[in-house]
Amino acid sequence: MHSAHTCPAVAPSIPSAKAQPPEDFRWPEGGVSRVPFQVFSDPAIYAMEQERIFRGPVWHYLCMELEVGKRGDIKTTWLGETPIIVTRDADGIVHAMINRCAHKGALVCLKDRDNRESLTCVYHAWNYGLDGRLKTVAFQNGLRGKGGMPEDFDPSRHRLEPLRVEVYCGMVFGTYSAETEPLHDFLGDSTRAFMERNMKHPLKILGVHSQMIHNNWKLYAENVRDSYHATLLHTFYTTFKVNRLDMDGGIVLSDKKWHHISYSKRATLQAAAEYKEANVHSAKFDSDLEGPELLKAWEGFDDGITHSIQTVFPTLVMQLTLNSLAVRFFVPRGVDKTELFWVFLGYETDTPEQEHMRVMQGNLTGAAGLVALEDGCINSFVQRGTATSPDRAAFIEMGGRVAESNESSRATEAAVRGFWHGYRNIMGF
Amino acid sequence: MLMKSKSPGEQIEQLLRDYCHALDEGQVDRWTGFFLDDAVYQITTRENIAANYPLGIINCQGRGMMEDRIKALQTANIFESHTYCHVTGPLDVREEFEGRHTVRSNFVVYRTMYTGQAELFASGKYLDVVDTSSGAALFAERIVVIDSRCIDTLLVYPL
Ligand code: FES
Ligand SMILES: [Fe+2]
Repeated sequence: MHSAHTCPAVAPSIPSAKAQPPEDFRWPEGGVSRVPFQVFSDPAIYAMEQERIFRGPVWHYLCMELEVGKRGDIKTTWLGETPIIVTRDADGIVHAMINRCAHKGALVCLKDRDNRESLTCVYHAWNYGLDGRLKTVAFQNGLRGKGGMPEDFDPSRHRLEPLRVEVYCGMVFGTYSAETEPLHDFLGDSTRAFMERNMKHPLKILGVHSQMIHNNWKLYAENVRDSYHATLLHTFYTTFKVNRLDMDGGIVLSDKKWHHISYSKRATLQAAAEYKEANVHSAKFDSDLEGPELLKAWEGFDDGITHSIQTVFPTLVMQLTLNSLAVRFFVPRGVDKTELFWVFLGYETDTPEQEHMRVMQGNLTGAAGLVALEDGCINSFVQRGTATSPDRAAFIEMGGRVAESNESSRATEAAVRGFWHGYRNIMGF
Repeated sequence: MLMKSKSPGEQIEQLLRDYCHALDEGQVDRWTGFFLDDAVYQITTRENIAANYPLGIINCQGRGMMEDRIKALQTANIFESHTYCHVTGPLDVREEFEGRHTVRSNFVVYRTMYTGQAELFASGKYLDVVDTSSGAALFAERIVVIDSRCIDTLLVYPL
């Protein structure tokens, strides 16, 4: 089930140019190596993002394909702040539409997941097919010849507003815009190749949860692209040699620089003196595990890469930390709040022992992740530190001032600059 | 004065009480002492249980893994200091087999973070297997099922 297809009937929303940046807003000199703090807390910029990014010409992760694996399956999700329904119809086609009744705008699907033959709004019982087309309107002709819809009421002109949909590597992507390029081109060659390495296998879900983080969504988008912080903030990473900057590894930016891959090879570790000199606090932790089962892993691939973080602009992350495979995606919940979803995965072909190892390695990431729990609070430290000085800017010059791939070092903020390159592009800043 | 030795029921109550009080007093290094060596400690969600997903939020098999977690939070992990307040409901001791008791209880945990306000952090149930065969009650298994799928900020201390 990895075929890509497009929802046939699409009525594209007309992009409006309503939201405007605050009048005094100017991106500082220095291009992508400076980020004005205002973008993390200004409600006008946030409103513009909803329009230009989340309702704009960008593909967005909606859910795992296996969450709508069977005919009649329904999954609710979000695109930006908008509630979305993803369905698989009787012909096996995946659809996505806004969860908003064509009558008065009520939510149509209330459950996280469901399986039904059609969608019925509980308010006045308007009924839709799984493709979002309006099928029946209760009392359309009134009762006993009285009441009902006007003569010229045409059900085919009322439907749940559809999104364009593409399914790729076990993930459902959607976009509102007719202008969005095909997903294939949006991702680009390097992104697609690495997604296929990790995700193009029969997947199964091992666990899910989410985290409410108290920061603007872009701080998390930056954070997952920030290979510089990974072994400085996350002591457990360093101590247990899961991921360190003195392993072979690199940063690959996609053609347009919007997406990235950060990878490292555990077996190539050559302890660098800089770790001692920088007084990395991991030195304080002695590295014997009482429960070594935590890090029991197997080499799943023959390219030597044991840790990877891959992003797809704007809000999708795929990780393979040892064997812990997960999709993370984040949903803006206001200018200073973001919900970060975790979907832990395995392959259908895993042996029980491999699945057990993935479950144990699930301790490494997520809300209580030993190597990564710091990310839950660190972005809120930035939010709180920057909110009162919107006219200042971040200084992002590690590894240079431009956004370029670097296959020899991850002591660089190149991928962070890549994100801002994409962001400025689409926002017109 | 005659000292009456504690019944298994009283021992179980004592264990559950001490456990909460230790965590609420920040005595996190006492935490692993409430478990048998090969005990299982898991935090998962209602949603994961309903979907039969094996992976929750924390999954420790054996006290060694629990000790690593405590050591990590004491020496490695970075987070803002905070405190818990557990409030637990009555116990339902369901089954007894060779000194092992299946126990269920509900809980809520309030957490006080940098804002200074106590806020509801988690609600759910403890599904325990408590061993009293040695004369002192210890957890053979503690499955913490939280009602919400969403954790505010992060989860460092065990629940
Ligand atoms: S709002 Fe949905 S049927 Fe009226
Ligand atoms: Fe991080």
